[in-house]
Amino acid sequence: MNSNTPAVRFEKVSRHFGDVKAVDEVGLEIGDGEFFSMLGPSGSGKTTCLRMIAGFDRPTSGHIYLYGQDVSNLPPYERDINTVFQDYALFPHMNVGDNIAYGLMIKRVPKAERMKRMEEMLDLVQLTGFAERKPSQLSGGQRQRVALARALINHPKVLLLDEPLGALDLKLRQQMQVELKSIQKRVGITFIFVTHDQEEAITMSDRIAVFSQGRIEQVGTPSDIYERPASAFVAGFVGTSNLVSGEVAKRLTGSDQTFSIRPEKIHIEFGSGKSEKDMISLEGAVRDVIYLGLYTRYLVEAEGVDFVVIEQNLKSTSMDVLSAKGQKVRLSWHKDHVSRVGG
Amino acid sequence: MLNRISTYFYQRPKLVLALFLVPPMLYMVVVYLGSLFALLINSFYAIDDFTGIVIREFTLKTYGQIFSPANREIFMRTAGMAAALTIADALIAFPLAYYTAKFASPRVKTWLVILVTVPLWSSYLVRVYAWKLILAKEGILSWFINLLHLNGPLDWLLSLPGIGGSSLSLSPIGMFIVFMYIWLPYMIIPIQTALERVPSSLLEASSDLGAKPLQTFRTVILPLAFPGVVAGSIFTFSLTLGDFIVPLTLGNSKFFIGQAVYSYQGTAGNIPLAAAMTMGPVVIMVIYLLIAR
Repeated sequence: MNSNTPAVRFEKVSRHFGDVKAVDEVGLEIGDGEFFSMLGPSGSGKTTCLRMIAGFDRPTSGHIYLYGQDVSNLPPYERDINTVFQDYALFPHMNVGDNIAYGLMIKRVPKAERMKRMEEMLDLVQLTGFAERKPSQLSGGQRQRVALARALINHPKVLLLDEPLGALDLKLRQQMQVELKSIQKRVGITFIFVTHDQEEAITMSDRIAVFSQGRIEQVGTPSDIYERPASAFVAGFVGTSNLVSGEVAKRLTGSDQTFSIRPEKIHIEFGSGKSEKDMISLEGAVRDVIYLGLYTRYLVEAEGVDFVVIEQNLKSTSMDVLSAKGQKVRLSWHKDHVSRVGG
Repeated sequence: MLNRISTYFYQRPKLVLALFLVPPMLYMVVVYLGSLFALLINSFYAIDDFTGIVIREFTLKTYGQIFSPANREIFMRTAGMAAALTIADALIAFPLAYYTAKFASPRVKTWLVILVTVPLWSSYLVRVYAWKLILAKEGILSWFINLLHLNGPLDWLLSLPGIGGSSLSLSPIGMFIVFMYIWLPYMIIPIQTALERVPSSLLEASSDLGAKPLQTFRTVILPLAFPGVVAGSIFTFSLTLGDFIVPLTLGNSKFFIGQAVYSYQGTAGNIPLAAAMTMGPVVIMVIYLLIAR
């Protein structure tokens, strides 16, 4: 196996359900050992893509390659891929140990080795001593770990994770994000992670594909996606964005192409100031202020456009920021922070 | 006024529970368990052989009669028939229930459920007689078999000792076919219900972990649907043990439990023996449930 061969490659893959194009001519390459996220709103085609990699669904047209081998029409049990399901899908009639060792049992691995590897997996996911419990006796976070162990014990070439953290509460989710990432580094397996949570995708991924309406809008590293959104959709879906178009855009940047500027990249100055080199600036008035403790969110109207501006409360107190409502302000940002998103 | 009443009940949840539970409990205990108990008591009486009058004294004489060779044969025959058709019903019900529960679209599913239950809308007696006509020597099935030139195999089947007979409508084979048809819905519905409660993701997970369809069936589907199969088999098994219409209509001179009970309590007027015979299926069901557990 050549290490340059992508772990998973999509070649013009489409999946239609009747008239609905759930996945529409998607092309994609996922590298060996990558932590790759498929990010998008529900119905964007990300889960269908995952199911086609697993083999639960087959492309209407196009091909899917796993390390160079065309697996488009192979059943799931003939693919060296394992999945962590959204609802965990643990077998309720088996205990935790039997759940984890299921794949090995199917492959007729001798019992002694099965038990040994099962115990190792329990250690890996920090559930030592839980082998005899039934899934119904576990908490959501523990079930999640069992599902992960059950998939990893088979040493798959690729591990698929279908919104596995969706059902967990915020604290546990953040803890699992860190843990998943560290487990992935330890085992060195390609992880493909489906999520609608942009923060989660940014936290964990090496690269992200942003899906919308069955197509990929952009593929890139988290910073690419955040700082250089390729489309208005990406700019809006990943983080918050100010989109400026038409006449105003032309006056500010010299082109009437729509551009995006992130709220935290905008400086807000009370009163008026002078223009600096390489800075784009315009004047407006504060329409609304939301004090959020760590930072303050301003809604500023300038030249007929509503801008969202975020400023950390480094020096200001709630009294200061709340009195800003209605005041004249000057907004400015460096021209390098502008992303043209077309249209 | 209405408000006061609802508040009164709201504050007394135990009273509400009692009002809900007492009528069905009374019915169950008095009518059902009571009559079962009366049956049990009667089975410990015996009739005077000479006068034919029931002597109301405790005796095990009647139970002694049950174990006569003729009666033992009746029990074995009935339990054997019940077991055979329970297995046959489970085998044909499972694929249909599986398809209905897991693959059929909502529309197809509705139609399949209707199709399965429609026979239950018409009289059971009418359906048994309809089958008698279908299976009769001059009936449509014979005509069809004749058309296919399969008379040879049919005659061979009917010549088998124990299950054969002069025609399909007068043989244990015919009874088996009719029983299987009559009780099939009672097997399909519980299995389908059990399968519907198995999330599809479990089947995908099994396949994902390397199990071929047959392995998934053995290790995931069957264990999870087993309670449904047991529930269905309780119906088919116990209904067969108690039935007398099918053996009466399609059988030969060899009695089944239901027929024996029917004739003992009727023409023979031997209520204690009929009661003791009825306890047979109860015991058989208890043994069956203990094994299934």
